[in-house]
Amino acid sequence: MTASRLVERLLQTLPVLFGISVIVFLMITLTPGDPVEIMLADSRATPEQAEQLRRDLGLHLPLHERFLVFLGNAVTGDFGVSFFHRRPVIEVILERLPATIELTLAAMLLALAVAIPLGVAAAVKRDTWLDRALSAASLFGVSLPGFWFGILLILLFSVTLGLFPVGGRTPFDLEVARVSGFLLVDTLLAGRLDAFAAALRHLALPAVTLGLPTAALLARVVRSSMAEVLTSDYVLFAEAKGISRARVLLRHALKNALIPVVTVAAIETGSLLGGNMIVETVFGWPGLGRLVVESIFARNYPLVQAAVLLYAVTYVTLNFLADVAYTALNPKVRL
Amino acid sequence: MSALLEVRGLRTVFPTRRGPVAAADGVDLTIAAGEALGVVGESGSGKSVTFLSVLGLVRPPGRVVAGEIRFDGRDLRRLPRAELRALRGRQMALAMQDALSALNPAFTIGQQLCETLVAHGLARTEAEARPQAAALLDKVGIPSAAQRLDDYPHQFSGGMRQRAMIAIALAGRPRLLVADEPTTALDVTLRAQVLDLLDDLRRQDGLALALITHDLAVVAERCARVMVMYAGQVVESGPTAEVIVAPRHPYTRGLLESLPRLEDPDRPLHPIPGQVPDLARVDAGCRFRNRCPLAVPDCAKPVPLAEAGVGRLSRCIRAAEVA
Amino acid sequence: MSAALAEERPLSPLRLGLGRFARNRTALGAAILVLLFVLAALLAPWIAPHDPADADLFRRLQPPAWQEGGDWAFPLGCDGLGRDILSRLLHGARVSLMVAALVIGIAAVVGTLLGLAAGYFRGWTDAVISRLVDTLLGFPYLIFAIGLMAMMGPGLHNIVLVLVYKEWVFSCRVVRGETLAAREQDYVEAARALGCGPGHIMLREILPNVLSPVLVVATFRMAYVIILEASLSFLGLGVQPPSPSWGNMVADGREFLVDAWWVSTLPGLAILTLVLAINLASQGLRDAFDPRLHQA
Repeated sequence: MTASRLVERLLQTLPVLFGISVIVFLMITLTPGDPVEIMLADSRATPEQAEQLRRDLGLHLPLHERFLVFLGNAVTGDFGVSFFHRRPVIEVILERLPATIELTLAAMLLALAVAIPLGVAAAVKRDTWLDRALSAASLFGVSLPGFWFGILLILLFSVTLGLFPVGGRTPFDLEVARVSGFLLVDTLLAGRLDAFAAALRHLALPAVTLGLPTAALLARVVRSSMAEVLTSDYVLFAEAKGISRARVLLRHALKNALIPVVTVAAIETGSLLGGNMIVETVFGWPGLGRLVVESIFARNYPLVQAAVLLYAVTYVTLNFLADVAYTALNPKVRL
Repeated sequence: MSALLEVRGLRTVFPTRRGPVAAADGVDLTIAAGEALGVVGESGSGKSVTFLSVLGLVRPPGRVVAGEIRFDGRDLRRLPRAELRALRGRQMALAMQDALSALNPAFTIGQQLCETLVAHGLARTEAEARPQAAALLDKVGIPSAAQRLDDYPHQFSGGMRQRAMIAIALAGRPRLLVADEPTTALDVTLRAQVLDLLDDLRRQDGLALALITHDLAVVAERCARVMVMYAGQVVESGPTAEVIVAPRHPYTRGLLESLPRLEDPDRPLHPIPGQVPDLARVDAGCRFRNRCPLAVPDCAKPVPLAEAGVGRLSRCIRAAEVA
Repeated sequence: MSAALAEERPLSPLRLGLGRFARNRTALGAAILVLLFVLAALLAPWIAPHDPADADLFRRLQPPAWQEGGDWAFPLGCDGLGRDILSRLLHGARVSLMVAALVIGIAAVVGTLLGLAAGYFRGWTDAVISRLVDTLLGFPYLIFAIGLMAMMGPGLHNIVLVLVYKEWVFSCRVVRGETLAAREQDYVEAARALGCGPGHIMLREILPNVLSPVLVVATFRMAYVIILEASLSFLGLGVQPPSPSWGNMVADGREFLVDAWWVSTLPGLAILTLVLAINLASQGLRDAFDPRLHQA
């Protein structure tokens, strides 16, 4: 990708980011009635505290000024104070973020690990029973409602078979020094293999719940991409050179077939962030998604706003990176 | 003259929605070491399928259902898969029409050359193969070859790419090269360069060459023998000089009349009227009879490929009358 | 693509596609299954054996009829309040399908009109609409829906609104693209030369030609919207109890997972079956209408 094309693509994201911040800003105006009154409904806040919150939210200012303040604060990472936690919103969010990222990455790695071999197999055995079975399984996977799938897994593997914990991220008594915030990393750094295993067992079901529907979707992408590559001249030419079939498939074909897969995987990682809210709720996973759901019921609007903004910005960034990756990986496009 | 490649009764079938189609139907051919055979026909005549069958590279669901493919005395159809693969690239190789699509865009020219050398045991590692690879690029006339090994195909010019592809095909020092329209995508100067290169290899190394093309002019210039295919069958074969002067099949004559001639540019061109028959619906009779000016009722009976002069064959019952 | 095509216009591509669709047995079977769901939803008040809100703690967590302790009067068993699950499933289908139909219907109309306008007028109209589309696509769908529902409060009415806010984008994108292409076609040129106004050209000339892609997109999106609505209801942000919705039925059953598998499992199975059927049918529609697949 040339530098100018990169800058152009980067500039295209600016109006989108601006639009997103407008929508997120306007979200709070959708509440029926006075947001401060709603937020404080359950607590015994004094009128002074209410006035303070009103001021913090900038509700005393006219709309356009409020937006500028919001935008300025958002850029500097200041999303106000979480009334509920009595701490800055950004602090609460950052504390929960590693758990969410760990789950999302685990789910995506799992999805790729399932999707790539199955997609390749379906493409190589095109129009056979295997291809048809995988295509049916994939349709099944994309039709699964995530929250229900998670419950089924709990019912089967935790309740009935007792193989995995019902929820949470760690056993209650686990104490490991937090370095990266990723438990799988921190437990290894601490040299605690038992804790690592425990963390892995907690991660397994949520990651499967989140990852399997994504695997279904990615497998389709792998299959169609691989099937197209397999009809290419360069695969025929590679076979004519007398190199092994495995090398033709796994090196010549796969390297090209994976280019669109990387793009879709990057975009889907963004979608997984959304799916996280459901999965974290089902499994009691202490990540950002569950925090948002909890905050909704606590009417902690600033936190919900901040989280939605963060998710959307991450999503747009991943889309941008997907574009960059596509051009970077594709030698034909590179100039 | 002992044949390096001898094909008898080759039949390659592709299932289609309208029933099985024999893209190559009873093909016989021979090529000797150091010989260049021109294979001529329209697209869909079965010339590429014939040679992909020889190389064992027919894509499923297509498959070779009958015939004998003898290479250096061995029947390739009876060879285990692994042994056939060991022959590919080492004993017989393929060069394709469009190097841009034949070369893998994701690997450098050097990687694609070296992997062939390693696969056939000509080098132990890809690093060890690099000097050989550079020598190969040099041999096909690519300047500062050693430096260009790390280039990707798209960084080469069209003519260089074509030569690089030929270098890759020849990396295993094969005895037979199937060149499928190797010059169609090139301009006139480059075409001559590539054909000269193939000529040199044939003379110096005794390379046997099957030059698949729809360009009779190229065949006339470069190949001692020619084989004309139509609708999956060989319709005529023989010494190129004789076939061009006095064709023994109406289709060959039609092809010749549809070509412009340098020495007589004002001669009117006669495209062959009518259309190639649907291969899913052909009968045992002559497949050209619906377009043939010489067709008679007997043409609906099976027509064998028969002798029509010394070293010449024709699949026409009125071969002698074709002028 | 010239005069010949203009003559055989309006309905023929649609009719051709439907013919191809009807020959695809899997897709046709799936479509019939979807229709059965629709029928069950429409007739729920008459065919449901019980009142879905009729609670009776004596029947609390009564298992399905084929299990020990079951009773054929309550074939799929009862939930934590002793309400008949089959009746609640039937009424839940009403909610799911009504939300999905309203969302898809409104979004298709809005999206098509905006897409037509963007593609036909281009210029600033297109710029404004396209920026809005890009912005909405910048939100992961579920995050967008959850965020807005959090502010607006739960309820059927709000779900439909929130989903429509984003959903129109998908038909809009397709219609805009088709309109940009149609604009250059002879029949549009001809209509313009005859002095037809933009409204006439868009609605009478272009619209009939973009209907089949809109239909394909709409069915394909329908499956997604059903899952979304169920997800929101599951989180407690959608349809509110005591109104039965498949999503909140699954959520209700979570407490009884150990003792009563059927409370959570059955409504989820209903969602899966319906969504799978819609996906199969929409795949059939796409195959039937995608012109790229029929050129060969």
